[in-house]
Amino acid sequence: MVDATTATVIDAALILVAALCLLCGYRVIRGPTVPDRVVGLDTIATNVIAIAMLVALKTDRGLFVTVSIVLAIIGFLSTVTVAKYITEGDIITRRQR
Amino acid sequence: MIESVRTGGAILFVALGLFFTFVSAVGVLRLPDIYSRSHTASQADTLGAGFTLAGVALVLGVTPVTIKTVLLLFFIFVTNPTAAHAVARAAHEEGIEPWTTDDDRTDRDLFAAAKGTAAVETADPGEPGPAGAEAEDVTPEETEPGDGGEPA
Repeated sequence: MVDATTATVIDAALILVAALCLLCGYRVIRGPTVPDRVVGLDTIATNVIAIAMLVALKTDRGLFVTVSIVLAIIGFLSTVTVAKYITEGDIITRRQR
Repeated sequence: MIESVRTGGAILFVALGLFFTFVSAVGVLRLPDIYSRSHTASQADTLGAGFTLAGVALVLGVTPVTIKTVLLLFFIFVTNPTAAHAVARAAHEEGIEPWTTDDDRTDRDLFAAAKGTAAVETADPGEPGPAGAEAEDVTPEETEPGDGGEPA
């Protein structure tokens, strides 16, 4: 289904996106403030979605599309949750005024 | 013939997605403050993942998996800028100052200022001009940054 040229392009894209994830890890480790780290983690989450889709193409299995849907939902929820935690210092309970 | 068009389009889309992912990673690494970093993380990274998903959908053809892929693409287009907005708003309410073009602080100074231990050679991160001039004639026990105590 996937010919040789497309397979080579997919392999190269997998290697490069994984390397870019490692580079974003520098911002997660170094980043001066907590929102910097969250931005780095959000970028890594989006890159991992792209990696899962490329793996779905490489192995020709629709299972990995479901995996990347779950990763997208978890990444969005975790980013919004950490943003709320930074602002209010709490996640679930209501703000005390 | 239509098969070669599909393959070429998929390769083009994956290459474009790779380019935008690279732009996003460079922006996250090199831009000066949290607001510009979240800006590039929302826009360039959404485009990168979107192009990659479009290429995958083009290779897969008309299958039920493609419907999931297109739905995931719309989900990413909605949620990724929302998450970046939430992080930037949290940073603003936290009180992190945005970087401006007349600000000649380096990345090392910003890192030190965010850590709370200001570098000794930079006088005052808040007001560079007048506070630096005032810092010569204030006594050492009055040098709180951001307070602006007037030695009348």
